[in-house]
Amino acid sequence: MKLNRRMFIGTGAAAAASLSAPPVIGQARPRVVVVGGGSGGATAARYIARDSEGAIHVTLVEPSRTYYTCYFSNLYIGGFQNYDDLGHGYGGLATNYGVNVMHDWAIGVDRDAKTVTLAGGSSLPYDKLILSPGIDFVEGSVPGWSIADQDVMPHAYKGGTQAQLLKAQIMAMPEGGTFAMIAPPNPYRCPPGPYERISMVAHALSQNNPTAKILLVDPKPGFSKQALFEEGWLKHYSGMIERIGPDFGAENVSVDPAAMTVDIDGMIEEVDVCNVIPAQKAGRIAELAGVTEGNWAPVNPADMSSRADADIYVLGDASQQGDMPKSGYSANSQAKVCANAVRGALTDSRVFPARYSNTCWSLIATNDGVKVGATYEPTEEKIAEVDGFISQTGEDADLRKATYEESLGWYAGITSDMFG
Amino acid sequence: MAWRRLTRGATRALALMAGVTTGAAKADLPGDAEAGKDLYAVCSACHQVGVNARDRVGPHLNGIFGCRAAAHEGYRYSASMERAGTDGLVWTFETLDAYIENPRALVSRTRMSFRGMHDPEDRVNLLAYLQKYSDSAANAHEAQPKAQPVADDLDPAILDIEGDAEYGEYLATECLTCHKADGSADGIPSITRWPEEAFVIVMHEYKNKVRPNPVMQMMAGRLTNEEIAALAAYFSTLR
Repeated sequence: MKLNRRMFIGTGAAAAASLSAPPVIGQARPRVVVVGGGSGGATAARYIARDSEGAIHVTLVEPSRTYYTCYFSNLYIGGFQNYDDLGHGYGGLATNYGVNVMHDWAIGVDRDAKTVTLAGGSSLPYDKLILSPGIDFVEGSVPGWSIADQDVMPHAYKGGTQAQLLKAQIMAMPEGGTFAMIAPPNPYRCPPGPYERISMVAHALSQNNPTAKILLVDPKPGFSKQALFEEGWLKHYSGMIERIGPDFGAENVSVDPAAMTVDIDGMIEEVDVCNVIPAQKAGRIAELAGVTEGNWAPVNPADMSSRADADIYVLGDASQQGDMPKSGYSANSQAKVCANAVRGALTDSRVFPARYSNTCWSLIATNDGVKVGATYEPTEEKIAEVDGFISQTGEDADLRKATYEESLGWYAGITSDMFG
Repeated sequence: MAWRRLTRGATRALALMAGVTTGAAKADLPGDAEAGKDLYAVCSACHQVGVNARDRVGPHLNGIFGCRAAAHEGYRYSASMERAGTDGLVWTFETLDAYIENPRALVSRTRMSFRGMHDPEDRVNLLAYLQKYSDSAANAHEAQPKAQPVADDLDPAILDIEGDAEYGEYLATECLTCHKADGSADGIPSITRWPEEAFVIVMHEYKNKVRPNPVMQMMAGRLTNEEIAALAAYFSTLR
């Protein structure tokens, strides 16, 4: 469900009021408000609260009581992860570090008064505000599809129940049926994500419905880890996956959720499951705060502060920072730089130079993992790549298995770095 | 306690500790020590053996046969391994065989980040190789130690750099995306409680691309000597 501001105020107030503690008034401690409890926001809240040892009052605003990671949801679709294992609670942040966790929606930012308004009615004053709201979808980017159609044609591109719906639809496909994906244009969250998903759908179908077909409609001429995915698809799922690129009309695609059809440049395809991953933009609160330009929020490379407001920081997918891919790993990396800068500004703790990094692991088939990664540093105009690597085609099975096992270690590591 | 989560191999080891069987199968291991030497390459990333072997990331393995678990003075073992030693675990062919087959089945929270060697013949060969360094001091000196490419070449001045632990704490945030602060390891190794010198050597081995793994080569590649020292100083303080 897409909520607009009016709906928040109208429908959210009663439910949210019971969840929110009243904001503490009259404290001398500097206040940090973090909006969004994902890889960027949870990490920032945890590090600021932990390292300031009580010197900074940290409030985390996040509607969900359990956060379901978007990363590894493909592995759930493929049958390699339990859904419940993707969920993480906020109890550790509250108990271990004293973070004030408010399960509510942020619906407005008054930059002059330096307050955040919540759907439940609270107004939270801040000295520094950290926005890590993830993505929203660009309306109309796939003609025929709107967020109201997500129960028929799921996006499954935010963590949580959408992945369950998509998996259920895949498992219910008729024998020999067709799964279609409308892949997003750049830039979008998790560049290898749609292609890992194709791999995991193919894996699930090859186990349960081996004559089924996969139609990948992709407006981009190329994609992340393309050689690795295409090698894997040929090896593991030969004949199952067809990719239609822009040279065959994928830039001119529309869908009809009622008829379950996809129109590719005038060619009508009947499909059984249609996974629409629309074009993306910064989560709505960034726009409401007035820190976006176009679809994203430009930030200063040295500390992730907004180009529009020195007291607001924007982390993760919502930010426009330069060369880093939009990923959970990137958001976690950016959050640590931001946390160090925010603590320095509010408590005179030591501020160290920014350093960023990212690695994205993807699973192609059982024990066939690949990865891509890079290190980054701030320059005047952007966060710029310093060094990078990518898995190679033709790697042996032991290395691919080790890479997959490494990805499991990373998942355990990052989630305890966020919530532990 | 740790011994509750035992597998077949570990049960065998437990029987040994309880005195059901006695002594190591020291005299006549049937294994091929030459083949074992090749298999040892994977162990040598952390364990030294032979002339001048010292405790590094892992304890050195000279004299391991017949040695009580967690017996090296000054080496910081996991609490699990310390307890195993206190409980009477002695390294014999059978206990080492069980440990190498699946380290965590025998010592549940060991810091040894090794998935296990599943082929029984490989384990026999590896142990035959290791046993050469346990028979007597003289034998240990006959065999050549594994090359330590960076440790031998590393400028001693680099090892003498005093790390800025506070800077190390900040730098460590980058490591903690994958490596868990509590020292547990599941697919990605534990990096807490290492001796500082071992930490520095290992990081320089990644920096110089002697050790494999592109993520670590990339991460270490942009660290200065001072930054590596800072990280070592910080991680040595983590409990």
